[in-house]
Amino acid sequence: MSTSAGAAEHAHEHAQHPEHSHEGGHDAGHHEGHDHGSFWSTYVFSVDHKMIAKQYMFTGMLMGLIGGFFSYVFRMQLAYPGFHVPGFGVVSPGEYNALITNHGTIMIFWLAMPVLIAAFGNYLIPLMLGCDDMVFPRINRLSYQIFLISALVLIASWFVPGGGFGGAWTAYPPLSAKSQYNLTPLGSTMWVLAVGLEFVAFLLGGINFVTTAMNSRAPGMKMFDIPMVVWMIVIASILFMGSVGPLVAGAVMLVFDQTIGTGFFDPVRGGDPILWQHLFWFFGHPEVYVVLLPAVGIVAEIITVFSRKKLFAYKTVLYTALGTGVLSFFVWAHHQFVAGIDPRMANVFTATTVLISIPIAEMMFVYVATLYGGSIRLATPMLWALAFIGEFIIGGVTGIFLGSSGSDIYFHDTYFVLAHFHYTFVPIAVIAVFAGVTYWYPKMFGRMLNETLGKIHFWGTVIPFNGIFIPLFITGMGGDHRRIYNYNNFPDLARPDLQHMRQFATVSLLVLLAFQIPFFINFFLSMKKGRLAGNNPWQANTLEWQTVSPPPHGNFAELPNCYRGPYEYSAPDRESDYWPQNEPS
Amino acid sequence: MSENVLPFPRRLPARRPIAPSAVIGMLIFVVTELMLYAGFISAFTITKAAYNTWPPIGQPRLPAGETLVNSLALLGSGVALFFAGRAFRREPQSAKRPMLLALLLGAYFVGFQGVEWMRLLGQGLTFTSSNHGAFFYLIIGSHALHASVAVLALSYGYFRLVRGKLTQGAFLATQVFWYFVVCVWPFLYVRVYL
Repeated sequence: MSTSAGAAEHAHEHAQHPEHSHEGGHDAGHHEGHDHGSFWSTYVFSVDHKMIAKQYMFTGMLMGLIGGFFSYVFRMQLAYPGFHVPGFGVVSPGEYNALITNHGTIMIFWLAMPVLIAAFGNYLIPLMLGCDDMVFPRINRLSYQIFLISALVLIASWFVPGGGFGGAWTAYPPLSAKSQYNLTPLGSTMWVLAVGLEFVAFLLGGINFVTTAMNSRAPGMKMFDIPMVVWMIVIASILFMGSVGPLVAGAVMLVFDQTIGTGFFDPVRGGDPILWQHLFWFFGHPEVYVVLLPAVGIVAEIITVFSRKKLFAYKTVLYTALGTGVLSFFVWAHHQFVAGIDPRMANVFTATTVLISIPIAEMMFVYVATLYGGSIRLATPMLWALAFIGEFIIGGVTGIFLGSSGSDIYFHDTYFVLAHFHYTFVPIAVIAVFAGVTYWYPKMFGRMLNETLGKIHFWGTVIPFNGIFIPLFITGMGGDHRRIYNYNNFPDLARPDLQHMRQFATVSLLVLLAFQIPFFINFFLSMKKGRLAGNNPWQANTLEWQTVSPPPHGNFAELPNCYRGPYEYSAPDRESDYWPQNEPS
Repeated sequence: MSENVLPFPRRLPARRPIAPSAVIGMLIFVVTELMLYAGFISAFTITKAAYNTWPPIGQPRLPAGETLVNSLALLGSGVALFFAGRAFRREPQSAKRPMLLALLLGAYFVGFQGVEWMRLLGQGLTFTSSNHGAFFYLIIGSHALHASVAVLALSYGYFRLVRGKLTQGAFLATQVFWYFVVCVWPFLYVRVYL
């Protein structure tokens, strides 16, 4: 007993460590050479996986705000063409293209990937596996630094002569390859460079995740004792690393086309523009699952904790995720049904695309089955997790129309496509991220978030989200083509009923953005004023909840052993309804 | 916050790594690299298929014969590193000589490729002369870049070995990367030169 009290003292001292250094941050001179390390070594050049995770999270959130601002500007232009947008001014056609391109790029590569994979992966993998840090802490730090540089390169690309790249996030040549077409000689090259650097960052991160999961699990933690979110992040990393190679090859070729003047994608010189589409979508489609799987994993953790039930069919979920991963390499050409591929090939890709909806549907059924008969508590993280299931299903179901080559010929490049993938990506990159942030916030910062503000934020985000994209399904079916600057130039599309839909979507977006304010108030106020969380506020089983909040450098006072699976809730013959993984029976 | 972790059991921790972390990390990296070359090669194959004659009219043929001889140097270097690995397991210091041999053969390969490139440039095969030149310099150039980096890594490893500081994990990781550079080469040679 006395040794454990001693350990408590020790861990407590460690837990104070970040606060000490925080003061040091304001007045760095005083703490130079102090035991706890300077501001720089704690916050900027830290090798601690938790600090790197927070760096990723805050960078991602900041980029997300920029991406949200961009969407506000171009939605205002679409709803009220030629309007002087507050905070931006009148949007020119070139600026409009740059805004939509960079909105897409940011939201996928600088919000969804860094927060879902890098931030949650870095934070959770060592803690959930019960080890003290990643196996390559310095490579981990390098990964964040490269990521930060990539973000800065992207931001810088908006301010160079000619402005930011405007050829859409898919960057199809010849538009992206030749500056006489895209009119952004510097912006387009910097855009490719930024994306390339970002890939290097995630490659380094992914190597770390997979190696850590293979080599550093707590003694006793077998394959099927690994929490689902760790599995999902590891599978996502493998998918990313397996698919990114061809895109990097394509990106190198594209940069050479832009700068040196090669003709890889130039049909006049024997090149093939469709080739880029294959290289891009060979990565681009697994990428969807790269961000989806971590989101699904986060939801699995939350649903089990807040319904106090074992995850229904753990192995099914795992094998399903693996199957999805394999299948996701064989669906890419469904993005190219109208790009001129062989119709027989289109049939094959229709079949694989429809097939891949089966495992995803299976996961959703598993979650519903997990809820069934549980004692459900609707705390904020649970609300987000449930919203994820509901909203993602809409995205999945509308995808079937687009995956079928016949109906896709009508829907291709309309707002129906746009609404479809926002119904998948917003649940992934926004709803699941908020689920994760609200769930692990007590562990990250040691204090609870305010539930009332959290629920205001939840309803204020989810309802307007539907308000934005349901009208866009309808305008898409009405024929609204994507990437059009001003619909007044198209008499068929300038009808008042369609224009009212566009305005409704824009107003919903404004409401959604306004309701992010309670979140940020809650997030930053609770760091100082929130109720103290204790070790395990949600009474969860996984190992990260069995140490102090926030965990000290090195995570555990003593590295835990693992005795059972992560979801042993409401086990019969036990007084408490949870059973931590590290508790000897 | 003042509560602490639950008292953990004392017997700790028998963590057994599956393989040295450096090797696993390098293997994952190599798989990514393989996909990069799969991308290059498939792009090259598709582009080549659209031409009636290859190499395109007015472009020089590639020196397949000389390069075949040069390839033997690279393969020999891989074999030398394999024996270096066996020697390293017995007695680290005895790996010095095969490792030096692997290093020199690798450096010879890179150097000879450079000489060959100078000749091809003289014959009018440049990056922008045609897709033939573009793909040649892209694919073979990226392999040369990898080989140069690998030679540098081998030199550093040799330097560490001489000073008695080379760890097994680092040696194995270097070995994995060098095997990748050696093993991907025959495929590139067959696809690009022949």
